[in-house]
Amino acid sequence: MSYFLDMLLGRLDWDALPFWKMLQEPTTFNIINGTIVTGAASMVVLGGLALVALITWFGKWRVLWSDWLTSVDHKKIGIMFIVVAFVMLARAIIEAVFMRAQQSVGLGGGFLSAEHFGEFFSTHGTIMIFFMAMPFLTGVINYIMPLQIGARDLSFPVMNSISLALTAAGAVLVMVSLVLTPFSTGGWSGYPPFTESPYSPGAGVDYWIWAVTLSTLSSTMTGINFAVTIYKKRAPGMHLMRMPLFCWTALTTAILMIFGMPPLTVATALLALDRYLDFHFFTTDLGGNMMNYVNLFWAFGHPEVYILILPAFGVFSEIFSTFSGKRIYGYKTLVIATISIAALSFTVWLHHFFTMGQDASINAVFGIATMLIGIPTGVKIYDWMLTMYRGRVRLTIPMVYAIGFIMLFVIGGLTGIILANPSIDYQVHNTLFLVAHFHNMLVPGMLFGMLAGYNYWFPKAFGYRLNERWGYRAAYSWIIGFILAFFPLYALGLLGMPRRTVAFLEPAYLPWTIVAGIGALVVLFALFSLIMQLGVSIRRRVTYAVPIGDPWDGFSLEWSTSSPPPEYNFPVIPQIASRDPFRSEKDSGQAYQRPEEYGNIEMPANSALGPVLAVVSFLMTFGLVWYMWWLVIGSGLMGLAALVGRSFVRRTTRIISADEVRRTHESWLDQVARAKAITRADERDTTNQGLAASPVEGAVQ
Amino acid sequence: MMSRRQSIWISHLVQRYQFGLLLCLFVTLAGCSEHHLSFLDPQGPIAAAQRGHYWFVVALSMVVVLPVIVLTPWLVWRYRYGGTAIYRPHWTFSKKMEWLIWGMPVLIVAVLSYVLWTATHALDPYQPLSSDKEPLRVQVVGYDWKWLFIYPEQGIAIAGKLMFPADRPLALELTSNTVMQSFFIPALGSQIYAMNNMVTKLHLAAGAPGTFRGQNAQYNGKHFHEQRFTAEALEPYAFSDFVEAARKTGVPMTRQRYEIFADPSTLSEAERIIDNGTNDGLISFSQVPEGLFEAIVDGPLLARALLPSGPVAMTPRNVSAVPKAPAGASIVPFKKEAAQ
Ligand code: HEM
Ligand SMILES: [Cu+2]
Repeated sequence: MSYFLDMLLGRLDWDALPFWKMLQEPTTFNIINGTIVTGAASMVVLGGLALVALITWFGKWRVLWSDWLTSVDHKKIGIMFIVVAFVMLARAIIEAVFMRAQQSVGLGGGFLSAEHFGEFFSTHGTIMIFFMAMPFLTGVINYIMPLQIGARDLSFPVMNSISLALTAAGAVLVMVSLVLTPFSTGGWSGYPPFTESPYSPGAGVDYWIWAVTLSTLSSTMTGINFAVTIYKKRAPGMHLMRMPLFCWTALTTAILMIFGMPPLTVATALLALDRYLDFHFFTTDLGGNMMNYVNLFWAFGHPEVYILILPAFGVFSEIFSTFSGKRIYGYKTLVIATISIAALSFTVWLHHFFTMGQDASINAVFGIATMLIGIPTGVKIYDWMLTMYRGRVRLTIPMVYAIGFIMLFVIGGLTGIILANPSIDYQVHNTLFLVAHFHNMLVPGMLFGMLAGYNYWFPKAFGYRLNERWGYRAAYSWIIGFILAFFPLYALGLLGMPRRTVAFLEPAYLPWTIVAGIGALVVLFALFSLIMQLGVSIRRRVTYAVPIGDPWDGFSLEWSTSSPPPEYNFPVIPQIASRDPFRSEKDSGQAYQRPEEYGNIEMPANSALGPVLAVVSFLMTFGLVWYMWWLVIGSGLMGLAALVGRSFVRRTTRIISADEVRRTHESWLDQVARAKAITRADERDTTNQGLAASPVEGAVQ
Repeated sequence: MMSRRQSIWISHLVQRYQFGLLLCLFVTLAGCSEHHLSFLDPQGPIAAAQRGHYWFVVALSMVVVLPVIVLTPWLVWRYRYGGTAIYRPHWTFSKKMEWLIWGMPVLIVAVLSYVLWTATHALDPYQPLSSDKEPLRVQVVGYDWKWLFIYPEQGIAIAGKLMFPADRPLALELTSNTVMQSFFIPALGSQIYAMNNMVTKLHLAAGAPGTFRGQNAQYNGKHFHEQRFTAEALEPYAFSDFVEAARKTGVPMTRQRYEIFADPSTLSEAERIIDNGTNDGLISFSQVPEGLFEAIVDGPLLARALLPSGPVAMTPRNVSAVPKAPAGASIVPFKKEAAQ
């Protein structure tokens, strides 16, 4: 019997329950910590149950399955990626608030145990990078890029659905680690030998390994998918040098994903071999060498930070131009700068470990390479400013994020240049200065970019604008919260406070950590505002409706379709003749033309492979974490069967008849004809139905 | 009229211009610890050079940074929607601007690169410091969660404090008996990783006698934040006194004591068992055999083989001072965890 149980449960035991320790040793400290993690775990469990109950109550299982989960439509997959990102963002921010709260009372103690603090920074970092930032940017590119290049879908729609499946499975695995604890304490970088079994026994590091592995596999496939789509599926006339800048950044990001992700997949695989099969790649004995891991990790890690930032640069390029009512300044320069950043990003990984004892000349070479990246980045910032120059700047919500971005991002750039100097890095490496620096790049850069894009393209995806009042509140509190939460960390870093410290003994640190704690609360309010914004917008979706699809007087192709666009995006694939095709059409009065003829459209058919593989990969990695070998083998066989089964599917496409396309399109064109065009002055008014008055009628001035 | 104290303050202010002053002020206000915390309040030539380099980079980068911070709000205002400034929606390129926005960063990066190259070589942690006195050799070993400082020439080792004469530079060799750590005394200079099976080097010096906070900066588990020590630069005679005292009253380094020290525990836990229970945050070992550091680098078994067997119990002089409870009790849970 007990043998059977051991087989069944592997090494899963009572003490995996978050409240176990508190029951065993009920000290005040343990009770506080136990309550916090048990609360988090019950939120996961209750949230899951509530979701199931709601879907059942409204009878939405069938819709969920056939319209969403099995859909291979790039737009729906994009939206699902972003949903994952938002859920994980909420969790990671709450964890950040706990860390900041702990350090605000951390002078000589605090309320969080060192283990929980370790799990917090590890899950926070891992989630923010792999399950918030990556899904967010993947989702936005997924949705927008095909529309901007005039394509109907990605090149490999089913693979796209599998990418989503793997990311979702990884996210669920991280969520489950709240209920069946612990998670790793090795940070988002998981450096061995600390993450090797002698120093980190137990399931924590294994959760981290498999969650990250799923995410990197997902992103590698995504990269291939995006790059092939951009190379192969552009509409006729859409030369590379006519693509919107967002597509350029999507392309470079895709290439970085293809070359940047595999090193981490390999590194975590080797670490898994060490932990599961007693290999010695990175151990302290028998010839293991952790320096190999560090190099592999950052061969991924540095390109990764540009994977995170480049799409945001793309979003900002679109936004600066749209809301300045002006073509982007220096298109070619921006393309060149983007490509040089991407290329240089593979040549600087050593700056993450200047302090590992290598030769001064090597450090100096990598330091200079790092500073070189500052040149194209600086140029981009000036290009955006010159886009506003002699424009007509409208301070919409995306623009607030964009202005916050350039002003804060240069400060992050400055501290990046500081860190690029090995002799200064020797002082601020591993301190909160570094933490402040990378948040200064990731929050105003990556996150503001994505939130700006979310506000900008939401009307495209759902057919109605987002609420402005809560939107502005969110944007301003993000900016203020960021400043309060992270500028003090620069001071703390200069005062020599190491990162990942649960408590400290220097009274001099306290005022700064308190300010940072207040900042975290403002960020929490920003998160709350985002939720309110979405809620209010859904309730008022009829008033905010912009069915014609061009609420901001946009430049690129995605604005030429209805909102939301039909499944096939364009009834007839457009012919591209210039760089800002929709702008040119509008300027010359050629927009909203009736096509001469319609044809049947062939679209990829739904596939259950994605959701099946999501379940399979979750079960398999869960089995691996807890040593439930039957589950690993069983789910492995299931996955194999699903793949083989898929190869027998004959009907992989679906035809949408020309008639249906005509009917849909013409009824929309009728709507366009009936709609009232508005000038930019009424952009934020409910009269905005998504039809822009032409410049002759004073649209912009 | 200005009081004498005020004028002293002001001359102080002039001397310690820059951030360093604000910092000291802040530290004082916040209840001041007597340990120097930061390279912005440098206590040795390396940290002072780093501070100079830091402010230089900040100042030069401002040439690119400031225009963005100043001009962006101006642009947003000047070219606001509904304003009357010129509007040129089709203006998208200017050669002059292009020269400026590429040229400025290129020039600045060129200057910074030159400075980077020279500073990196000048402040290379492997580079011995020039001094008319022979540097003091200390070998540093990182354990979970404490440091051991071996003085090979003096035959002693200490934990919790790093003592050295203020008039001689420090030549450190570092390794780790466990996971990777980063040895860091901010007020003196650079940090450097200590890694198992490997030796890294670091050279530091203090400008004058004083105490400086030292720490591990690379996360290594739950007591990471307690892995701290005090670096003390002493007057030369005080340092000789200290060495003498450690030789005489330090606990002899035996295999058993070494093993207890090497087990995962904090310094104070180890101190309670090994040392005389004075609880002063300092363990001194005497009779440290030659080649201990090298043996640790080569593998834990070699280090053990090198050490003579002997009792863990205290030397007779301090038996009376032994605290009753903790001994075995505190170390056992750690062992169990490590073996889990
Ligand atoms: C929005 C507000 C945020 C707050 C208040 C916050 C706060 C924190 C805190 C307190 C830490 C631990 C610092 C330490 O080591 O002592 C941390 C670490 C980290 N954060 Fe954030 N963070 C935020 C957003 C983000 C975002 C948007 C990202 C990435 C896209 C991110 C990525 C990371 C990473 C990678 C780490 C390092 C984890 C590690 O040490 O392994 N954070 N953050
Ligand atoms: Cu990097």
